[in-house]
Amino acid sequence: MITLENIRKDFPGKTGAITALDGINLSIARGEIFGIIGSSGAGKSTLVRLINLLERPTGGEVIVDGEPVTSFKGQPLRDLRRKIGMVFQHFNLLSARTVFGNVAYPLELTGEYGRIEIAAKVETLLARVGLKDHAQKYPRQLSGGQKQRVGIARALACEPDVLLCDEATSALDPQTTGSVLELLQQINRDLGVTIVLITHEMDIVRRTCDRVAVLDHGRVVESGPVTQVFLHPQHEATLKLVREAEPDGGLLGNIAAVGASGRTVRLTFLGETARKPLLGRIARENGADYQILAGRVGNIRDTPYAQFTVSLSGTDVAGAIAGLRSGGVTVEVHGDDVVEHSSVTPLPALQRGGGLRHVV
Amino acid sequence: MSFENLYWSDIFAALSQTLAMVGGALSLTVLLGLPLGILLYLTGRQQIFSQPFAYGGLSFVLNIIRSVPFIIMLIVLMPVTVIVTGTSLGIRGVIFPLVIGTAPFFARLVETALREVDRGIIEASQAMGASTAQTIFRAVLPEALPSLLAAVTVTAIVLVDYTAMSGAIGGGGLGDLAIRYGYHRFQTEIMLVCVVILIVFVQLIQAAGNRLVSHFSRK
Repeated sequence: MITLENIRKDFPGKTGAITALDGINLSIARGEIFGIIGSSGAGKSTLVRLINLLERPTGGEVIVDGEPVTSFKGQPLRDLRRKIGMVFQHFNLLSARTVFGNVAYPLELTGEYGRIEIAAKVETLLARVGLKDHAQKYPRQLSGGQKQRVGIARALACEPDVLLCDEATSALDPQTTGSVLELLQQINRDLGVTIVLITHEMDIVRRTCDRVAVLDHGRVVESGPVTQVFLHPQHEATLKLVREAEPDGGLLGNIAAVGASGRTVRLTFLGETARKPLLGRIARENGADYQILAGRVGNIRDTPYAQFTVSLSGTDVAGAIAGLRSGGVTVEVHGDDVVEHSSVTPLPALQRGGGLRHVV
Repeated sequence: MSFENLYWSDIFAALSQTLAMVGGALSLTVLLGLPLGILLYLTGRQQIFSQPFAYGGLSFVLNIIRSVPFIIMLIVLMPVTVIVTGTSLGIRGVIFPLVIGTAPFFARLVETALREVDRGIIEASQAMGASTAQTIFRAVLPEALPSLLAAVTVTAIVLVDYTAMSGAIGGGGLGDLAIRYGYHRFQTEIMLVCVVILIVFVQLIQAAGNRLVSHFSRK
C-alpha cells in the first residue's frame, strides 16, 4: 500500500542541514494497522507527513499503491491527499464551523457533491463515530475525545484508503484513549482502511497494531510484527520504549536481590500457549522448581501473551526446558547461572552469547 | 458660552458628511487592505507562499506610507487626488487620501490576524486536499473573522480621527465645522458639540465592533 524507499529528510538549520530522517525503508501492507513508535525527536511526525507529502523528502521515493508520488504537484497531489485521511494530536478542527461543518469541509473541497449528498454523508460519518446528537455544536463545546472523533469522521469523509494518525491519542486521558483506539480498530475492521499510527507509547502499539517500526534518531532500528518486537526487543531504543510501558518502569532490581542459584530463563507464551497451565505441569513432571523473577501478562491486539523470567532449579532443568519448548513456549536460556548486574541501576541489556539478550 | 444660537442644521450636515466619509473610506480601505494583508500573510516567512523579496518590498512600501503623518499625506496627495477623483475638496476629494492613509494600517492588522490562525488548521486543510485558495478562503479567513472584525473596528475609529483632520484642508464634516466655527470664529460651543458627537460616535463604533466580535467568536 505504502512503500518508503531510502527516504532522507534534511531541514535547514543555523549551522548547516539537520538530518531528521536518514535512509528510511518501510513497507506498509493494505489493511493492516502499522505502528511507528519512537521517543520525541525521533522523526515520527516528519515521517508520517512524508506519506501525504506535507513534507517533501530530500531524497528517496514515496510509493503509494504502486505509484511513485514524490514529485506530485497540483491536482494529482490534492487527489492523492483525499485518499489519505489524517488525524492530528491537537485535532486541528475549524473552530468557526460546527461539528457538521467540519466533517462536511473535505467534501465541500472536492466540489463533487451537492448539499443534500453532503448532509447524508456527514450524518452517516457522525453516526459511525457516535456523535450523531452533536452535529450542531461547535468544537469548543466538545470534550477532547469527542473532538478527536470529529477529527476521525472528517478524515474518513472522502473514503480514504489510508488513515494517518499522528499521536492521535496523546492529548487524551487513558479512558478516552481506549475508546478512540477501539474506534480506529473498528474502522480498520469494517472499512478495511489501512492505518498508520504514530505514537511514543508502546502500550498503544501493543493494543492496536499488527506490525511496528521503531524509529530512533531518524532511522528505523527495528521492525516486525508487534508480537515479535514487543516480546523480543533487540535494539536499545525498543527496549527503552517497552520498559516504559511496564508498571514498575521495567526496573528489575528484584532479580539481583534473589541471588537465584538456578538457571535463568525467559519463557514466552503466545496465543493458545498462554491459555494453558503449562509451567506448573512441566515443572512437576521434571522435578523442577521455578521462581518467577519478573513477568508480564496481557494481550497484543487480540493475542494473549505471558512472559516470565524464571529461575529453574531441581533435578531435571534441561528436561523442563525441553518440555516447555515442545509445549510451544519460547525459551531463551541465559548463558550463566546467575544474572549479573548492578542492583541499583536500571538493568542493562543482558548481552551474552546465544542466551537471553534482554530482560524486560 | 451659549448654546442658543447653534447652527444645528450645519451640525447635522457635518455629521452626515463625516458618516459618509467614514463609511465610504472604510469600505474602500477594507477592499484594498484585505487583499494586501492576505498577500503580506502569504508571502511572509515560513508561510504558504513564502517570498522573502516580495514580502520585503511590499512591507517597505507600506511602512513608508504609514510613516508619513496623515495631515502631510493629505497635502502631498492633492495632485494625485485631483487626477483620481477630479477634486481635492469635499467628501469626494477626501476619501482617496483617507483610503491611502488607512489601507496599509489595515493590511498590517489583517496580516497579524491571519498569522494567529493555528498552523495545524492550515496543515489539516492541506492534508484534506484543499488548494491554497480554498485553505485561505474556507479555513483561514473564517477562523480569523473575529480578529478581522476587531481590525475593522480599530480602522473605523482611526478613520473618524482622520476625517476630522481632513476638515483642515477642506474635507468637510465635523472636524471642518469644529475648526471653522470653533477655532477661526471663536465659537467654542460648536467645537465642544462636535467633539462630544465624535466621542459618542467612536464609543458606538467600538461597542458595535465588540458585539460583532463576540458574536462570531467560537473559541
